[in-house]
Amino acid sequence: MSKADTIILNLGYLDTLARADSPVHRLDPRAKLLTTLVFIVTVVSFDKYQISAMLPFFLFPVVMIVLGGLPVGYLLKRLLWVAPFAVMVGIFNPLLDHRVLFEIGTFHITGGWISFASILLRFVLTVLAAFILIATTGFYTICLALEKVGVPNVFVMQLLFLYRYAFVLVEEAARMGRAWQLRAPLRKAMSISTFTSLIGGLFLRTTDRAQRIYRAMCCRGFEGQIHLSCQLNWTWKDTLFLLSCCIVFILFRLTNPALGLGRLITGIFQ
Amino acid sequence: MSHHIVQAENVYFAYPDGTDGLAGVSFRITHGESVALVGANGAGKSTLLMHLNGCLLPTQGTIHIGDLPVTKKTAAAIRRTVGMVFQDSDDQLFMPTVFEDVAFGPMNMGLADAELHTIVMQALRRVGADYLQDRPPFKLSVGEKRRVAIATVLAMSPDILVMDEPSSSLDPRARRELIELLRTFKHTKIIATHDLDLALQLCPRTIVLGGGKVMADGPTKDIFSNADLLAQSRLEKPLSMQLG
Amino acid sequence: MHMADALISPAVGGTLWAVSAGLIGYCCKKVKTELSDYKVPLMGVTGAFIFAAQMINYTIPGTGSSGHLGGGMILAILLGPWAGFLVMASILTVQALFFADGGILALGCNIFNLGFWTCFVAYPLVYKKIVNQKHQSQMRLFWGSMLSVIIGLQLGAFCVVLQTMFSGRAELPFTGFVMAMQPIHLGIGVIEGVVTAGVVTFVAKAQPQLLEVSLSDAGKSTVSIKFVVAVLLVVAIVTGGAISWFASGHPDGLEWSMFKISGSEELDTPDKPVYEKLSGLQETTAFMPDYGFKEAESAGDEGEESATNWPAVDAGTTVAGLVGGLLTLLIAFGIGFLLKLKLKPQGPVKV
Repeated sequence: MSKADTIILNLGYLDTLARADSPVHRLDPRAKLLTTLVFIVTVVSFDKYQISAMLPFFLFPVVMIVLGGLPVGYLLKRLLWVAPFAVMVGIFNPLLDHRVLFEIGTFHITGGWISFASILLRFVLTVLAAFILIATTGFYTICLALEKVGVPNVFVMQLLFLYRYAFVLVEEAARMGRAWQLRAPLRKAMSISTFTSLIGGLFLRTTDRAQRIYRAMCCRGFEGQIHLSCQLNWTWKDTLFLLSCCIVFILFRLTNPALGLGRLITGIFQ
Repeated sequence: MSHHIVQAENVYFAYPDGTDGLAGVSFRITHGESVALVGANGAGKSTLLMHLNGCLLPTQGTIHIGDLPVTKKTAAAIRRTVGMVFQDSDDQLFMPTVFEDVAFGPMNMGLADAELHTIVMQALRRVGADYLQDRPPFKLSVGEKRRVAIATVLAMSPDILVMDEPSSSLDPRARRELIELLRTFKHTKIIATHDLDLALQLCPRTIVLGGGKVMADGPTKDIFSNADLLAQSRLEKPLSMQLG
Repeated sequence: MHMADALISPAVGGTLWAVSAGLIGYCCKKVKTELSDYKVPLMGVTGAFIFAAQMINYTIPGTGSSGHLGGGMILAILLGPWAGFLVMASILTVQALFFADGGILALGCNIFNLGFWTCFVAYPLVYKKIVNQKHQSQMRLFWGSMLSVIIGLQLGAFCVVLQTMFSGRAELPFTGFVMAMQPIHLGIGVIEGVVTAGVVTFVAKAQPQLLEVSLSDAGKSTVSIKFVVAVLLVVAIVTGGAISWFASGHPDGLEWSMFKISGSEELDTPDKPVYEKLSGLQETTAFMPDYGFKEAESAGDEGEESATNWPAVDAGTTVAGLVGGLLTLLIAFGIGFLLKLKLKPQGPVKV
């Protein structure tokens, strides 16, 4: 699959998932947005050697994925696709931090490996949270929520326009790329001069399109400000969701239930 | 009902870079007429269409929509009467969902809430696209986009519909549906098109443009039977007339 | 170069988020009052254009590899600094949400790293000083683009280093990290400078009025040095404050960063008096007490060898922690599984 197709697929597929119906989908987007933020901040607030204390946090993505009917395989694939970055940066930890923190029999586990594992865990949790947010809410609804919580209209409309025309422009760029490829079958990437001509031309066509869109907008009475007509509805369910999630996150963060449970179990065996 | 009359008087237009757009175009279209605008590429069809709602202003001559001359000041008012459907629907559907797109025009006219909702759904039902209301435009087929684009214009209740190549890129079924839909519209229709068969089916009158001038203006059947005229204007007989 | 949530701390992420949000708000105001209505579709499709352009790779001469467009500088040149910043921010937001290219919390960092330095520093202080209004001199255009891109990227890359360092999650040593990041981004900057110059030249030749339009629009209010300095001061003060607040609970935080900067690879026992004072302050003011530290103190009998001289090492490394952790993971997945079984008969309805 070509790069353009992958991009369009991913842009569109998450939005398609967002059109399904489930208790999670029906929540107010503002509640989901805030909850995701609190989740990410709590996970990220653990210091670098924490591992087991983070594990209970998997409850959130697991429950959201199941209740939202999200495709696990797809999410894991996306996760793996972006994982290399975190691995590349995190791999320096075991290489640089040789302080042995833990011994199981003859195995010495250094702080480096522990903090590396911690980074990977954070990565999985935060990326999953982001995907879950968009897969259960959809970009348009998130933008509606952003406007309601105070993000300036100019920026929200910019987000929506960008998203709307990303598909069109990616297709155009893909067509250009394909046309080039057919005339340069042995090359993997274009030369800089080819690139600048193609992109320059694409930009000129883009401004032409901007003018046509502007004309269309003026023909329908545009006078500077665009307002979104859809309304959001906050219910008690949203308050319940937001409060209970935040309480659970903060509780997990402060009380380390993994350790408590572990102590209980090992205490029994001692 | 003089506010429905479209009158062009000796309109000249030259582009900023000097190329001629229109070189003395005159015609009069009355309420309810269905007129096809045909001609070669570069003949001035799109240029002329854009003069009809004030997107372009003539360098010489005047255009009147009803009693109002088309000027910078009157453009906003004229655009409520003259609705334009663009050639590329992607240019016209710029909002996140179909509903928002159709609501854009009426919202700018001051409608809100229940009234807005009614008008939007009415327009969507008129083109048979009400089931698409929550769809984002990039998920529509070309035919669906065309219909929704028409709905975005209908929602403003124009009296005059101007369309630029409405059947281009449509598959045969979508094209057939479009023709049937347009047949039901009682508005004044001015349709620029290469699709001469569509012109034959929908428009009793045709204006032929060539080199920025009006080459002919009359009953569609007569014009498409005039071989010399067709040759001069880089046109052909519509397929349905070729076989007959 | 996009920061991920996994590598930052709430202090760093939160600060940059607040700064970026403030900048976005400010730019929105500027754009609304100073640019014509045409900007609405123009900014939107230009953003889509850069987004699409980033997808195409070009070969980097000399090496075997390929690169792609960043776009911050091109946006500033084509749209002016205010609009350019907003467009860059919107692109990064879409990338973060749909492609996990940069985290949601880290979005603030990324917007700052890739948008601030190009639009508010490199553009007014380098590009505009070199390139005159009419874009007529090829030479000036080339060098203006090149230098502004390089400087913008260098500053952005350096910020990535600082943000990673002050977050204390990745182990990268300051000097080593800098020695890697800056040269790499110098190379990237040179190439992107050439590309930027090429595109701007292309547009200037084909439709010079395009550039002049955006420039004259942008010229209405230029970015002043006072503005830049003010923003940087805010970042420094707030970050410093936030870090010391959180670092007080993590005695390793601030001193550790400072030790790293000074080049010492091994961390010796932290400075006791400072640590005690900070921890005292933290106890009274922090809302997230360092539980890890408390655990470590009481977990001395569980096989941790460095509890005394590495207080921040966490109880999570103990056997109990591991057992408990795995158990909670199993419970979490178990709950998920049970929920799935319960939902299966009806299942969520797909539209």
